[in-house]
Amino acid sequence: MQQGHQTWVFQNKPAILATAVVGGPFEAEGPLAEDFDLLHGDLWLGQDSYEKAEKKMLEEACEAAIRKAGLQKQDIQFFLGGDLMNQIISSSFAARTLAVPFLGLYGACSTSMEGLALASLIVDSRAGRNVLCGTSSHNSAAEKQYRYPTEYGSQKPPTAQWTVTAAGAALLDREGDGPKVTSATIGRVVDMGVSDPFNMGGAMAPAAVDTITAHFRDLGVAARDYDLIATGDLGKVGYKIARDLLKKHNPAIPDEIFTDCGLLIYGEDQPAVLAGGSGCGCSASVVYGHIMNRLNKGELKKVLIVATGALLSPLSYQQKESIPCIAHAVSIESNKP
Amino acid sequence: MEAYFWAFIVGGLICVVGQLLFDVGRFTPAHTMSILVVAGAVLDGLGLYEPLIDFAGAGATVPITSFGNALVHGALTEAENTGLIGILTGIFEVTSAGISAAIIFGFLAALFFKPKG
Repeated sequence: MQQGHQTWVFQNKPAILATAVVGGPFEAEGPLAEDFDLLHGDLWLGQDSYEKAEKKMLEEACEAAIRKAGLQKQDIQFFLGGDLMNQIISSSFAARTLAVPFLGLYGACSTSMEGLALASLIVDSRAGRNVLCGTSSHNSAAEKQYRYPTEYGSQKPPTAQWTVTAAGAALLDREGDGPKVTSATIGRVVDMGVSDPFNMGGAMAPAAVDTITAHFRDLGVAARDYDLIATGDLGKVGYKIARDLLKKHNPAIPDEIFTDCGLLIYGEDQPAVLAGGSGCGCSASVVYGHIMNRLNKGELKKVLIVATGALLSPLSYQQKESIPCIAHAVSIESNKP
Repeated sequence: MEAYFWAFIVGGLICVVGQLLFDVGRFTPAHTMSILVVAGAVLDGLGLYEPLIDFAGAGATVPITSFGNALVHGALTEAENTGLIGILTGIFEVTSAGISAAIIFGFLAALFFKPKG
């Protein structure tokens, strides 16, 4: 049910039956390690390419989510997936293994919430009963495609972010036990003219602010209606810009409930990741792992996840285009008292 | 001891220029490297790089600017000996050891290790 300009309110409140997250060796050393279902000590996952390793992570996350929900692959009606690789091969190839009707998505790092919003829409409108959505990213595969060959060892400025090696999947059901997806705000593409791919947080921050503002406006809610508002992967630089922009334009969000998945995944005192984590797997693993665990425990009652994506390609960057950005917001409520 | 000192200072300063191009000039790593190579070539064309090597030794030969210097230096030397065609034959004369070593060691490393990430 559309409300306002760009928000869907899910009257049937689709339940997130189960989620699963898989991570790499660097994520295993982070503060959220315990929230992962499976952690790999080897960046290659025993595969002969990083792309295959990413696909395997996504397969594992999907299989784990299905298993945790006590279902079988054949119980899943639709799978919605996307990732950062060219032609979204990680998702398509994982969908080949799953053998479930598949819709491929691309929203860069916002794909996690793009998938969750669309999966909720399918379930809410009774176009499907059990719908799976998932996304993944792999540090070395993304570095290779978007930046420089990994063996080149190129220096990065402090505004750059570290692509998270992780996959996350969520399984939705029309009814059932689990946190409920209550609404989703679909973002507009916002481009403030930033063209530096080593400052994606700064480029994406205005898109996050635009979507948060739209969400509050469409639903007539305010920041205090949420226990936690988490942006996708703005990192230190983008998070600060978003926070300042929100303060300036209202609605200001109190610092204690406003956070960013790119800051949570590795903690804020990890110099190796520069400005913080990024990538499809960043918001997917933090939301489907850490935040979902807190919702399931009842520590959080209502959260708003604003996954942010930078819609550039290596080619558009080489042709000196600026970076169009997007953010999708999904609100999730705990079913625990 | 003094030679070490000047090598350190001059080599370090060339790297500072590279870092400034990177951080302040917002050039990509590839552009930064190319600018330094071209700068070395231009300096040698003006006859300034050889005196810098005499003064700073490894401080001037180790940074990538030295590669630009070597390209031009080889071409100019060969041009003096054999005329204009020397510009073509001389470019890789001084640098051939470095380029051949890169190819051969790159090949050997690729035989034993996974060459691509």
